[in-house]
This record gives sequence, C-alpha cells and structure tokens, in this order.
Amino acid sequence: MSMTVVEKVLARATGSSRVEVGDVVAPSVDLAMSHENAALVINQFHEVFRGTGLTPKVWDSSRVAIVLDHRVPAESAKTATNQKKIREFVAKNGIEKFHDVRGDQGGICHQILPENGYVKPGFVVVGTDSHTTSHGALGSFAFGIGATEMASVWALGCVLNVEVPASIKINVTGSLGKGVTAKDLVLRVVGELSAKGANFRVIEYHGETIRNLSTSGRLVICNMAVEAGATAGIVPPDEETVRYLREETGAIVEEDLIHPDPDAVYARELEIDVSDLAPQIACPHRVDNVKDVTEVLGQSIDQVVVGSCTNGRLEDLSIVARTLRGKKLARNVRMLVFPASWKIYREALAEGYLSDLIEAGASIMNPGCGCCLGVHQGALGDGEVALSTTNRNFKGRMGNPNGEVFLCSPAVAAASALKGAIADPREMES
Amino acid sequence: MATVLPEETPQFAFADDEELNRKLRSGEIQKSSVIVAGSNFGSGSSREQAASTLRGYELIVVARSFARIFLQNAINLGLQTVECPEIEAELGHEIEITPTEVVNKTINRSFHVIPLPASRREVAEAGGLIPYTRQRVLQKALHETIGLESK
Repeated sequence: MSMTVVEKVLARATGSSRVEVGDVVAPSVDLAMSHENAALVINQFHEVFRGTGLTPKVWDSSRVAIVLDHRVPAESAKTATNQKKIREFVAKNGIEKFHDVRGDQGGICHQILPENGYVKPGFVVVGTDSHTTSHGALGSFAFGIGATEMASVWALGCVLNVEVPASIKINVTGSLGKGVTAKDLVLRVVGELSAKGANFRVIEYHGETIRNLSTSGRLVICNMAVEAGATAGIVPPDEETVRYLREETGAIVEEDLIHPDPDAVYARELEIDVSDLAPQIACPHRVDNVKDVTEVLGQSIDQVVVGSCTNGRLEDLSIVARTLRGKKLARNVRMLVFPASWKIYREALAEGYLSDLIEAGASIMNPGCGCCLGVHQGALGDGEVALSTTNRNFKGRMGNPNGEVFLCSPAVAAASALKGAIADPREMES
Repeated sequence: MATVLPEETPQFAFADDEELNRKLRSGEIQKSSVIVAGSNFGSGSSREQAASTLRGYELIVVARSFARIFLQNAINLGLQTVECPEIEAELGHEIEITPTEVVNKTINRSFHVIPLPASRREVAEAGGLIPYTRQRVLQKALHETIGLESK
C-alpha cells in the first residue's frame, strides 16, 4: 500500500482506501481544542452564521475541548471577561470537555488532553495552538490551526483544504546518556533541520531510542516538532501507547494500531545516533540556534523556569527534585516551577518533590503556561537572562524584549540553578 | 495576545520597527503597498494576529516562502500572499503582480510565481474562510431541510 502513518490516518478520516502526498482532502476531526483563544473562535464562529438565520451550534460537542491555561487565574478584567464568555458558550453548547481554573480538572491543554484520554491513536486532532503537535506522541495526526479555521471546524466538523503532507522519517538509535533526555534529542533535531527544515512536512519518529521513550518523552519530541517548521510530529503507536492509555486513563485501545507500510515513501530520511549526544541548549533568539551545553557553560542566569507543555510532567519534576534535594539554589537565581496539571501537582506533592523544591528555594506555581509567552507570572527585567524548559526563545518571548531566553532540559535547568550559571548535569555527583 | 480581536491589532504591525510601524499607522504607507520578504515569512506562531495586523492595512505580502500556519491564516483572513522564490527588490521599488509573475519595474526584471493550489484559491476568491464556510453551512442546512445527505 506504501503509505506513511499520517497518510493512513488521513485515508481513514476521509473514508478513502488511500491518499497521496499533495491530494487535497477535508478530514473529519476527532478532537478540536482551544484555550483562552476560544474567545476569538467564538467571535469568528458567530460571524460564520451571521445573516444565515441559523442558530450557531458546534457540529459535535463531544469532540470539542476547551482548557483555560494561558492566563490562569485571570490577570486582568479583560481576560476574566473573556473567560466568562467562554464559560457561557460552553454551557450553551453542552461542551463537557471543559477544564476551568479548578484543582480537580485544570492544567495546561497539551497535558490535559492525553491525561484525560481525549486523544487516541489514529485520531485527527486540531488545536488553536502551535504545540498541538504534541499529540502525535499518541499516534494521532495533530496540528495547529488559526482561530478562523477553528470556527470553520466547529461549524462543519472537518478541516477544509488540507494538502496531504509528505513525511520526514527520523530514525533514532543509541541510548541517551546520563543527564541526557528527550528534550536534548528534539533540540538536536531542530538544530539540525533548522526552523524551516520540516516546513509542510510531518516528522515520523522511528528507532529503538524512540521505542524506549516513555509517553512523557514522546510528548516532548512531538511538542517541539513545530519548531523545525513541521506540520506535525508523530510516533507510530505501540505497546507503550497502549500501556499509557490503559494505566493513565483507563482506556483500552484496539490492537489494530496504525503502522507505516514497509515501502512507504518519505521526502527525506535522517539517522540520529544519541550515544554521544550532549545536553543541548537553544540560544537567544531562535529555537534552531542550538549548541552543546559545553559551549555555553558559565553563562549567567537570573530566572530558571521548569514547566510548560514541553517539560512540566512528573518525570521532569522528579529529575529537578532529586537534583535539588538537600541543596540550595544559587543566590542570584530565582526558580519558577509550573507543574503541567493539577493532577501532576498532587502526584508531585505526594512524592515529596514539592517540599524538596521549596526547601531549595524554588517557587511552586499553579499549573499554567503564561510565563512561557510572557503574558502572566514571571516576566524578565531589562537585561535579565532566563534558562527555561519551555519551547520558544524569540526576542520578547518571556515578557521583555530586553531579556534573553535559553532553552534546555529539566536536568540542565536543575544543575544550572544550583550553580547560578548554565551547567552540565553530567558533571554533577549522582 | 491570545484574546486580542483582529480589529484591535493593526497598530501592532511590525511593532519592533518603530519607523515602519509609525508609517503604517499614519497612512504614509498606502493601502495595497507590498511587503517583500525572504524565506519562511510568518514563522513562529499559530496566532492569526500576525496576518490580521497586515490585513488591517490591506498590504500584500510577496515572499520567497511562507511558514505553513501563517500562510493558512493569511488565506483564511483574505490577506493577499504571493510566493515568489527568487524575488529581488529594494525599499521604494515599484512592482507589479500578475497571476504568473512579479515584475520589478524599477530594475526591469520579472520573477516567476508559485500559484496557490486550486482549493486555497477558492477560499481566497470567496473573500476568506468565513464567507466560504458560511456558503457551506447554508448548503448543509438546505440539504438537511430537503432530505438530501450532507456531503
């Protein structure tokens, strides 16, 4: 049959036996997600229906998810009023997959979706957020769209005019060394491909290194696929996908998981051996400005951020807590920790990680992603430098065009927070 | 920026280039002026505001290549985009855009254009995704009313 994973997903979603690169299709959507920008989508949605005499109603409320996470709790009257507008829309349309600012349901959208079992292998997932690509970790075709496009999805239940993208196959071999993680792998991929190297393509990950990654690690490598310009990242579903869904969400997925055909055609094939991969740093002000940590050792830092949809999971908090346990942050550093969901927050609390972090001097923040994009909690002062486990470091990203952001893994963030400057976690005593 | 409406955005166009921003806001740069850009124009966000700020001034963007989500958003919002991989132009040059090429009249050279795929042209011709979707919503409602299966 010679199709890649995404080609197979699109064939299923359009009711065809096959699709080819370049075909223009209108796949039906299994899950449509928005966060605070649902307020914009609602505007555009009402515009679609203006003058038609029809009542605006989403095509299938069970397939719409809305998560408040960018400005939580609201920092201004305008945001609070937008959130109120969203609540009214949710109630009117009977949207159950709504995650408000509450400890028993809240968190960052790209953690909330997998955690609640909203994503299944083979799904078409769209979101009004670039990092919607995260959900390829569960074998879905997941990509970001604009607010107007989402209004169209809400009205019709499908994405119009999707050109079937070609795929880039990345085969990853070797074992990640001590102190080296999935974040370092994806930074390496972005550095190698560049910010436009995967434009209009899907990155399909293969190899023993990928098979051995937990779902948490797979979420990282799919999350940042967009930073190489990719439409999506995807990990073909396997036993780990089945295990994650069963243990985390209680969902039992069918065994009929999508695999690429042995003779599938790829636009490009890349081999990456991680055996000698050093921790990677994305330096200001581009995500593809990637260097080995050894090249930036000693760079002074003011604010360390652990969290976001990229690295706010229990695995990440565990690494940071273990590194900081019994020690203190350097005097010149402040550390902000944003667990990716309240569920993770509770788990970290039960494991004692939060006390370890607080005693070391970190500030534990409520789950949310405002800091990453400089709209809430944790702006930088003029001339300040942040070291962050988030996913973007464009000029002005963390709230100040006169600040700088270096991107890294949780292991590097922790080691550096102790030193007060960028440090190599491999040089720490275990 | 997540909750800023399209109408509220034009004053932010090229905000980090004070002079350009000022010229846009004062009207010194007229409607239908062209921005000529290099490759991967629009990279870095799924937010429509990047396209709506430019649409607010009725600018046309000619670029060597575009980032995916920006291009999609631009077409959806009715911002005119022209993919011209070899374009060369300096500030102040006069250019003419046709369906197949961009002519730089000042240096007397023309450059080929990669046309929009037919499906996207339909959206652009409808005036953007909202009118295009509205047509389909009405079609769907009509089919349901007269008992036909929706497509």
